[in-house]
Amino acid sequence: MRLIILDEVSNVAEWSARYVLKKINDFKPGPGKYFVLGLPTGGTPLGMYKKLIEFHKQGKVSFKYVKTFNMDEYVALPRDHPESYHYYMWHNFFSHIDISPENVHILDGNAPDLHAECVRYEEDIKAAGGIHLFVGGIGPDGHIAFNEPGSSLASRTRLKTLAQETLEANARFFDNDIRKVPKEALTVGVQTVMEAQEVMILVTGSHKALALSKAIEEGVNHMWTVSAFQMHPCTIMICDEDATQELRVKTVKYFKALSSVHQKMIQD
Amino acid sequence: MGDNRLIQFYNCRILRDHQIIDEHIWIRDGKFVNPEKVFFDERKVADVQIDCKGKLIAPGFIDIQINGGFGVDFSHDIDSVDKNVGIVARGILAHGVTSFCPTVVTSEPQVYRKVLFKLRKSQGGKHGATVLGAHVEGPFISPEKKGAHLLSSIVTFDKGFDSILEIYGNLSSIAIITLAPELPHSMEVIDRLVSEGITVSIGHSSADINIAEQAVSHGASLITHLFNAMLPFHHRDPGIIGLLSSDHIDSSKVYYGIIADGVHTHPSALRIAYSTHPKGLIIVTDAISALGLDEGTHFLGEKKIEVKNNCAYIAGTSTLCGSITPFNACVQFFMRSTRCSLVEALEVSSLHPAKALGIEHSKGTLNFGSDADFVILDDDLNVYSTWIAGDCVYSASERKS
Repeated sequence: MRLIILDEVSNVAEWSARYVLKKINDFKPGPGKYFVLGLPTGGTPLGMYKKLIEFHKQGKVSFKYVKTFNMDEYVALPRDHPESYHYYMWHNFFSHIDISPENVHILDGNAPDLHAECVRYEEDIKAAGGIHLFVGGIGPDGHIAFNEPGSSLASRTRLKTLAQETLEANARFFDNDIRKVPKEALTVGVQTVMEAQEVMILVTGSHKALALSKAIEEGVNHMWTVSAFQMHPCTIMICDEDATQELRVKTVKYFKALSSVHQKMIQD
Repeated sequence: MGDNRLIQFYNCRILRDHQIIDEHIWIRDGKFVNPEKVFFDERKVADVQIDCKGKLIAPGFIDIQINGGFGVDFSHDIDSVDKNVGIVARGILAHGVTSFCPTVVTSEPQVYRKVLFKLRKSQGGKHGATVLGAHVEGPFISPEKKGAHLLSSIVTFDKGFDSILEIYGNLSSIAIITLAPELPHSMEVIDRLVSEGITVSIGHSSADINIAEQAVSHGASLITHLFNAMLPFHHRDPGIIGLLSSDHIDSSKVYYGIIADGVHTHPSALRIAYSTHPKGLIIVTDAISALGLDEGTHFLGEKKIEVKNNCAYIAGTSTLCGSITPFNACVQFFMRSTRCSLVEALEVSSLHPAKALGIEHSKGTLNFGSDADFVILDDDLNVYSTWIAGDCVYSASERKS
């Protein structure tokens, strides 16, 4: 596992966007040869999307031959609700780039048969040839996608009931009325993400510091689902200084000493 | 129009939900469409992409009071109304106006019989702006506040609503009627007009505030060229102007046209009106035949008028008889005078007139499902191009080349 420690949130956005750009361009996608990208929502990746849009506008990257799979979506929330992940992806990313709508995959939380929807999603990922790079974020409790603490590390795409804590945290997006917060979500499983060729996880802010230490300094533990990626052959964690506050000095020093190596990862 | 291709305008800022935002607009079949639905439901991309080069997209301007322009007048040359409406409709495209209410000043009954049908609603396009129906300004007005209108043609509601039918004939072409509510039987006439879906505007009137409020409670919802042709504001009887801040009626439902040409309304008066009731303000040109013409003598109704120094006077007098300032120039002047925001300047030119006419579901915004009537502007509100139902109907660059 790599840990890339950068000064600020904006550096995390820039680094992650440049990495995605480089991975796409190195792959040289074209007709019949699609780069497959897994994508998160939430506050942390917003800066990365902004940067990618900028790169696209500068002509540095095209998404014409990129397929995307999103991590999760609420159940029974209208698609045009501002908190739906369809809405998020459209407004924050897809509407600004040249991606083809048929190459975009987001779980349909309004599907008549939610189980069948999850099964189909896994099949779609397989049919696309698997995911080349899965980008993710984590929650303060170390969850990845909606794989709340206690989720099986062998889990696949499925229906998940959200933890009471998550509902309470999300109420601010739903008029501060907890009754309006969707109680269920569809989410890719930990194992689904584990099968990606590469995983890149963005961690910013001191409120994520404990989760980051659990993710990299302690053992694999299903109560901190992101820790599973210690077992992934190619995972990059990118964090800002604030998120390192619970790490040991030794850990931080070790990874910071590698910064010149890390810089090469995003060089053209 | 009727173009079922999906057209995307990108690299632009647009007015939506009272904000200027970085957003694209998408059009199909002459209407704005929600691209999110097209993307996720139809899985389609745009057939045509148009780079707006960072310009501003606003709803097309709506002029609810315009008497003529480019040498013609809707009340004068009554034998060639068809042609004249066409000339004006086409000419005002360059001013960013996508729909308008051709206005007929106080005239003899035979004029209305001949003219009104030709001012009926008609869809615009490359041939010119959409006609939203006629604005008949008079003849049921106050002789004391006639302005440039012909005294001998002014009448009263002596037969109640039948007087309306007697004068205008058919009402189907009429969108707005300006009348003086102090005339006997006005209130019953207003009731009927409102139930017919016609916007009743108070103007050319000596009404005090009580009568004006009564008219509003009967359904009048507009004031014609505020400050002009009405009693001046008086602190014990604010008259029609008092409607902007009345506690007897719901002022939020009252709209008022204002001529923001820098001549008919002093900038200070503009500011007073605007700060009192910003949501009701509507920019109108009240333009006359001399709009777009050089200095000299022209006709308004049956009168001679004279254009000098960008102002129009009744020939040989100092009485102003209408504006000759293009709509977009009025918007610019308004914004400079009131120091209002860009959003507000654009809404007094589109959303507010649409609301006053009750057509805000189809015009006056860039909302999904509305008619794709819009104007592309630079930040100084110079018109770059004008679009009706998704078609480019005017482009400043083509004009120059």
